Amino acid sequence: MMRQPLLEVQHLRTRFETYRGTLRAVDGVSLTVSRGETVALVGESGCGKSVAALSIMRLIRPPGRIAGGRVILDGRDLLEASEVEMRGIRGGRIAMVFQDPLSTLNPTFTVESQVTETLRVHRVAAGAQARDRAIELLDAMGIPAPRERLRSYPHELSGGMRQRVMIAIAVSCQPEVLIADEPTTALDVTLQAQIMDLLATIKEERGLATVLITHDLGIVAQFAEKAAVMYAGQIVEECPVSRLMEEPLHPYTSGLLRCVPRLGRPDVPITPIEGTVPDLVSLPAGCRFAPRCPKVMARCRQAMPPPYEVDAQRLVRCFLYAGADTASAAEEED
Amino acid sequence: MWGRFVGHRLLQLIPVLIGVSFIVFLTMHLTPGDPIEHMLGQAGRITQAQIDELRSHYGLDRPLLVQYGLFLGNAAVGDFGPSYSHQGRSVSQVVAERFPATLELTLFAFALGIMLAIPAGVVASLRPHGRFDRTATVTALLGISMPGFWLGIMLMIVFGLRLQWLPISGRIDLALVPQYVTGLHTVDSLLAGDGAAFWSALKHLALPGLAMAAPMAAMVMRMVRSSMIGVLGQDYVQFARAKGLPERDVIGKHALRNALIPTVNIVALQTGLLLSGNMIIETVFQYPGLGKLAVDAIAAADYPLVQAVVLIYAVSYVLLNLAADVLHAALDPRVRLA
Amino acid sequence: MSQSVTEDEILAPVAGTAPGMLRLLVGNRVAVAAGIVVLLFVAAGLLAPAIAPHDPNLQDPSAIRVPPFWQSGGSSTYLLGTDSLGRDLLSRMLYGARISILLGVAVVLITLLVGTALGMAAGYFRGWFDAVMSRVVDTLLAFPFLIFALAIMAATGPNLVALVLALAFKGWVDFYRVARGDVLAAREADYVAAARGLGASTPYILLGEILPNIIPPLIVLATLRMATIIIAEASLSFLGIGVPPSIPAWGTMVSDGRADVVSAWWIATFPGLAILLLVLSVNLFGEGLRDVLDPRMRR
Repeated sequence: MMRQPLLEVQHLRTRFETYRGTLRAVDGVSLTVSRGETVALVGESGCGKSVAALSIMRLIRPPGRIAGGRVILDGRDLLEASEVEMRGIRGGRIAMVFQDPLSTLNPTFTVESQVTETLRVHRVAAGAQARDRAIELLDAMGIPAPRERLRSYPHELSGGMRQRVMIAIAVSCQPEVLIADEPTTALDVTLQAQIMDLLATIKEERGLATVLITHDLGIVAQFAEKAAVMYAGQIVEECPVSRLMEEPLHPYTSGLLRCVPRLGRPDVPITPIEGTVPDLVSLPAGCRFAPRCPKVMARCRQAMPPPYEVDAQRLVRCFLYAGADTASAAEEED
Repeated sequence: MWGRFVGHRLLQLIPVLIGVSFIVFLTMHLTPGDPIEHMLGQAGRITQAQIDELRSHYGLDRPLLVQYGLFLGNAAVGDFGPSYSHQGRSVSQVVAERFPATLELTLFAFALGIMLAIPAGVVASLRPHGRFDRTATVTALLGISMPGFWLGIMLMIVFGLRLQWLPISGRIDLALVPQYVTGLHTVDSLLAGDGAAFWSALKHLALPGLAMAAPMAAMVMRMVRSSMIGVLGQDYVQFARAKGLPERDVIGKHALRNALIPTVNIVALQTGLLLSGNMIIETVFQYPGLGKLAVDAIAAADYPLVQAVVLIYAVSYVLLNLAADVLHAALDPRVRLA
Repeated sequence: MSQSVTEDEILAPVAGTAPGMLRLLVGNRVAVAAGIVVLLFVAAGLLAPAIAPHDPNLQDPSAIRVPPFWQSGGSSTYLLGTDSLGRDLLSRMLYGARISILLGVAVVLITLLVGTALGMAAGYFRGWFDAVMSRVVDTLLAFPFLIFALAIMAATGPNLVALVLALAFKGWVDFYRVARGDVLAAREADYVAAARGLGASTPYILLGEILPNIIPPLIVLATLRMATIIIAEASLSFLGIGVPPSIPAWGTMVSDGRADVVSAWWIATFPGLAILLLVLSVNLFGEGLRDVLDPRMRR
């Protein structure tokens, strides 16, 4: 039942120095992903999920920096690795798919150039061989007439086609981990399903460990096994997806689920979460969700709740579950 | 496809070129003063008959539009008539003699400016507000705020007169002039395998070239810097890094190519500064090119010569901008279809 | 205060960094200082007759090429020294500020008014007028700026009216293009549609509604153009086809000093420094103004 974790993120902290002060975009995030498993990182925009993804790839640039934690891939801490080693890992062992394929593909280079370039730097194939490999890849992604498409520029392709090209580039060097950052947000609903199916197929065929970053709970329910809900730079709840949907524990998770219209259940009203996301530069004392929480208690405003282990599969960062903790609080804040 | 693209742009040039030639023609002809009298000013006693004869010889007694028609027809085949101030020689001969010198200096200044501006702009964009960026930005601001003629004189005083490193006038050591092939002394000396002549020609180009390049380089550097900063924030740069590309490729290939697209047109526009600089810098350094020729021709009221040079500059500028359009299309696949 | 920061904002380079904001702040302080320097030049030009120690055209045969006061052989009578005709450099520079600024202001005002009026008309009415104007503009753009002015000055010889016209002849095109583009955009904007719906007249819409909205970028452009005009005027004067030789001008003074660079470096150096300082200040002031008035043009 328990699989060996391939990617293990521990207490990751990423900060940005701004003129207003230090912005804690990612503040103590921990996550594990095994081969063949899809873990969803869920949250509103601005909660730090994309920064977390870029931190795993070590793509944070000044004024941002990774302030602490560990990113362990197959036993190796990537935060300790040299830049040269990281270059081999990016695109080689960990690949990333971005949100908007139009802005992610370089407008001035052909598809061929952008696909074969990755094969070349990772020494997978070069020359005519790389070209053949590119055609195979495009074909495998369901792109019709792949040979002709090689000569195309991104602006000559449709949105779904561009996303397929981007995925082809991402998986071209047989990565073990795929990080998909809102892979379908920029697409039409019909295309969303196609692209998600493609990603699911790739995952099955290659046994990829996938981190799926999204704000769409429908996608989470359908494609992920485990979900981690992020709020203001922290993970507030983590558990298998089916249990999360049936019985959300954290008030924020419940709030998120109530924002989604239920198909065939017009009697269930849609209720938005009151208030706004806190300013990551001047965070409230205590629980970060407290100002918006319908079940807020006095102690929530004074201290930050630790993640409580409700059972073996489930972590919740909320004082409501302080009594349910099976082990002692797992971690401490700095 | 390329043929049609260039052909279309060339057709668009025709009305512009007619307008340009008409303005040049007008400015030279709606002026007080009589070129014939100016010509004969120092020639002693002249009869009215001789003046009339010269006037009809140069077509100056015909109606204005007829004169323009004559001018245009002749200009199209490179015939600008006789020069007033260079006795017994045609304008085309005089211009042809000076053209290579100006071409050499302008190309040198252009290359120098681009080679300074693009790397400086790229490096500055990598760490905005860092030490290099601040130095480069201040230098560029000085570059666009400094009159070229003054910069030329200051370079002359420091490097020519005080340090005695570089010559301050002429094109080459006169004892070393290489055999005429292209007219560009640097090229001709290389063709002749004469290292000393090449070195001498290069040293003569250094100061005027730098003075001429400075304002253009400053503008181009600012443009490269700002468009690089914009491009470096784009998703495709992030994606290039996520693919595992070395930073050299991320910057030098993915970012730079996109940053150069808006830069190309700015470079072409700023080449106007370079061409304007011809007149000034060649005058400062007594450099025997078209610019100095034009300034001397103005002093001598040699209208046909001024006309020809101004027209050459305007046409070159128009063609340069055409070249920039083509280069723009080559860099950016999105405009090729338009 | 409590506004959230999106990831896009975080990931955008530079924006919102501490050094970035600091620079903006200091940048404005620099712009203020630059504005003060410009005002000092204006004051020097206006007050030249009162504060100049000598008649700028007075030739003192006993004081030819006197070096500035701190060099050996310098005198306190001629603080910045004299030229090859024994004229006082400081006095000539003060008068030079006068003509540079006067011409700069005159040319910028003319080009601003002509360019804005034509640009607004072309942008608002479109049609044949716009079509004809675009041909004219294309033609004028085919000339490098200085070469166009040179062609005119070559025909007329040095005289002030011709100089203003020569410098203005192409300069209005920049204002024309900005005004036309902005009016084209404003024409479709809601506030103009609203005014039209309320029955406002065309002149009212153009002058009362649209003009106030397009003034900021035009002012920024006018300031930056001033710098270009000052250099162009000095360049023409340097070539002997700008300001008539009887009027002291910086470009002419540098030209006068060119022959003496070996023996008397100061004659060419000081007037050029004055141009540099004034143009630099105008540029810095203009860029500060742009950051404040027209943020979309900010680099």
